Amino acid sequence: MFLPHTDSERSEMLKTIGVSSIDDLFQDVPEKVRYPTLNLPPALTEMEVSAQLQQMALANETTQDLACFLGAGAYNHYIPAAVDHILRRNEFYTAYTPYQPEVSQGMLQAIFEYQSLMCALTGMEVSNASHYDGATATAEAGIMAYHTFRGKRTRFVLSPGIHPQYRQVFRTYMSGYENLEIVGDEVEDNPMNYLERLGGLVNSNTALVIVQYPDFFGQIHDFAPLAEKVHQAGGLLCVVVNPIALGLLKPPGEFGADIVVGDGQPLGIPLSFGGPYLGIFTTRKEYVRRIAGRLVGETVDTQGRRGYVLTLTAREQHIRREKATSNICTNQGLMALAATVYLALVGKEGLRQVAELCYHKAHYAAQRIAEIPGYRVLNTQPFFHEFVVQCPKPVAEINEYLLDYGILGGYDLGQDYTALTNHMLIAVTEMNSREEIETLVEYLKEFAHD
Amino acid sequence: MTEPTLFELSSPGRRGVRFPEPDVPKSALPEGFVRKELPLPELTEVDVVRHFVHLSQKNYAVDYGIYPLGSCTMKYNPKINEDMARLPGFALAHPLQPIDTVQGSLALMYELQELLKEITGMGAVSLQPAAGAHGELTGVLIIRAYHKSRGDTKRTKILIPDSAHGTNPASSAMSGYEVVQLPSDKRGNVDLEALKAACDETVAGLMLTNPNTLGLFEENVLEVTRVVHEAGGLVYGDGANLNALLGIARPGDMGFDILHLNLHKTFSTPHGGGGPGSGPVAVIEPLAEFLPGPIVTILEEGSDEVPPLYGFKMPSRSIGRVKAFHGHFGVMVRAYTYIMMHGAEGLRKVAEHAVLNANYLLARLRHVYKVPYDRICKHEFVTEGIWDDAPEIHALDVAKRLIDYDFHPPTNYFPLIVREALMIEPTETESKQTLDKFADAMIKIAEEAHTQPELLKSAPHNTPVGRLDEVKAAKELVLCCWFPERERQPA
Ligand SMILES: Cc1ncc(COP(=O)(O)O)c(C=O)c1O
Repeated sequence: MFLPHTDSERSEMLKTIGVSSIDDLFQDVPEKVRYPTLNLPPALTEMEVSAQLQQMALANETTQDLACFLGAGAYNHYIPAAVDHILRRNEFYTAYTPYQPEVSQGMLQAIFEYQSLMCALTGMEVSNASHYDGATATAEAGIMAYHTFRGKRTRFVLSPGIHPQYRQVFRTYMSGYENLEIVGDEVEDNPMNYLERLGGLVNSNTALVIVQYPDFFGQIHDFAPLAEKVHQAGGLLCVVVNPIALGLLKPPGEFGADIVVGDGQPLGIPLSFGGPYLGIFTTRKEYVRRIAGRLVGETVDTQGRRGYVLTLTAREQHIRREKATSNICTNQGLMALAATVYLALVGKEGLRQVAELCYHKAHYAAQRIAEIPGYRVLNTQPFFHEFVVQCPKPVAEINEYLLDYGILGGYDLGQDYTALTNHMLIAVTEMNSREEIETLVEYLKEFAHD
Repeated sequence: MTEPTLFELSSPGRRGVRFPEPDVPKSALPEGFVRKELPLPELTEVDVVRHFVHLSQKNYAVDYGIYPLGSCTMKYNPKINEDMARLPGFALAHPLQPIDTVQGSLALMYELQELLKEITGMGAVSLQPAAGAHGELTGVLIIRAYHKSRGDTKRTKILIPDSAHGTNPASSAMSGYEVVQLPSDKRGNVDLEALKAACDETVAGLMLTNPNTLGLFEENVLEVTRVVHEAGGLVYGDGANLNALLGIARPGDMGFDILHLNLHKTFSTPHGGGGPGSGPVAVIEPLAEFLPGPIVTILEEGSDEVPPLYGFKMPSRSIGRVKAFHGHFGVMVRAYTYIMMHGAEGLRKVAEHAVLNANYLLARLRHVYKVPYDRICKHEFVTEGIWDDAPEIHALDVAKRLIDYDFHPPTNYFPLIVREALMIEPTETESKQTLDKFADAMIKIAEEAHTQPELLKSAPHNTPVGRLDEVKAAKELVLCCWFPERERQPA
């Protein structure tokens, strides 16, 4: 398909090599395993494959057809048209990691700008060039903290308000380290009310405390007192953020975070059934040598012209091998570019506006839902664009009903928190019109009566 | 020309996109939580588009020319892949939707799992890992879980050949293992005697890349995997180099127990200037229960009229999740498209031509560049970028001089067992004409190295910037253009 040689070129090449056939190139492969029969479907032309995939895509119902009130770590936001036009520039998407800086200044400067934007957004001093997603960025914070204390501090305190899947990934990543104590998110009666209890778990053996802001339930907490407590105990505080919320909310850098991580998907990256997304990781300058992954730094060339290079590479696997800060190699370069273009387009005013739209619409929806008999909104703390609704029936049943009316209902919290069985996490963004909210309210009401 | 940064281009009051006014009553903002400053740039859409187009023009890319980075498989990325990944039915689906609303996505993932199983000869696949290194971490954690499940706690070591990629030892260390390095023999294979000597009841497994990073097929592969199995260890396959094996030999038939694939290499998904990738992990049937999950499965069999019902299932003794949601679905769509356009015969042709192209270049270059492990190679080969009679020239200089000839340089300084390594992987999508031009340039450079070494030393000459001061970058650590306490020089 994408093979250029003609028969005569092929024979010339074989002649130059000094063999008589392509088979001669594979004599080093043990005969008994050579040339297996692969039972694969017959090759399709571009026209056929396109038709087949369109058919498969049509089997999905998506946020295009449905009014989406589902969030829980992946959010339906407007993506300005220019973002994808830039991502489709061949010079960006068909390039490799910028190992040769003289022919990669475009990507390097874009990553440098990405790092700058992430620092601006989170209020931190250093950003890496990305992780796979918010979950793995959170896990890498654990590994960084572990090494910061040379393995001597073994307690990791996780808030139950961290995305459940992030906590699962954290545990998987840390499973190679023996004798760690990962505490704080044990299932209990009131998972939304954890702040005080977390503080009580911090001791002199604590390497890292991780909280989410806004948390998985949408709540906005003041973590300054917790930060102080963690620092008094000599540990580190990691805050998992939603970058859109930081258009409105105080950045964690202002209340004592040592590490800020999160998923950059809301910044111009399509939902795409869960990926590829973008792992954000920022920290303070003093930890720069412990950070995982790539970093781009500014410098000058032989003529004094400004340029950018990958820097502090001695932390990374290709140099340090088993002593590297992480094994990460390929990251989310193009997704970081998407976030950079998105933030450049919406800018200072636009990001604030998107964040406020989410905030106002979510609060309006919460008020309206709270008025329906049988439903209760549990959030008492300030919240951003998600909130928890106690429902009169199982969430799965409600969602099935809503789907019939073109509504993608919220996340079923009972899957992760037994105390929150029959509780739905509803997300509202700038994409939800008032009309959609009223429709949701109407069918929630109707369902309660059925 | 120096392109200003977004922050330097910013002008207070400019807007790129506008959003509608709220159509609901406003609520009071949360007191005490509202940020005072949001130091983001202010630009118009034209500013932004031109800025990024200017930046793009400073990049070399596969769509511009040959990108012979060894180990990276920089093949052409078919355009149809991009369009398929952007079909609204795929791109706009939320990962947590009820399964009956996303049967299209689930069917694609299920079928991709099946295709990868068949191509690799393995028993089960998880699509969750995000890249090659992520797949390695997953795989080594599976090795750990396997031994643990058998109550075998003595195994503390992972064996890794000295030619291996840096992610192999890094992934092993992250999984809590001690790394034992194995030497290579004169033919570039794993040294069998050293392997046998190292294999005892403390060995959890071996990480092996085949073809290895010298681009050479591991000639004793069957013996190697047998030795490790006899010692009770598992064999992990780094599938970064699978492009050479498609339809030629299956890792599952060669004794590999666990394998990661790089969809962003072998299956033509673009590298995006550093990512995203996708690194599915395939295992033999007995290890399926340890895979990360959930994994797409058939919940209800279909019939002639009704398609099956796809859903998720967590393997019974899973190592757990390694990523939120389901992996890089958008990358999976591209790889699936590619495989469907090739079929079995097409994939074998891919491998054959990748190997043909590499051997052709090798044949054209071996007289001027020293090839320390010189035999029929697979999809890539490694030469030295240094000559005894041109002592001041290093591999880096050869690489930079290639840029003057309008080519992207090969990988240099990897693998570590070749001094001043130049690792060349042309891939199957390059024509003979392109290969000839590239070989001509390499030969010319070898000559220049001896006659006009300063030309190499001062290269590249026509790029937006020349060689950059990496020491300064690492010392001053300017990692951010927006930095409150730092006064910046104007561009
Ligand atoms: C041989 C080999 N193994 C592993 C990797 C790591 O893969 P990734 O960059 O996708 O994490 C690479 C890629 O650079 C490689 O070349």
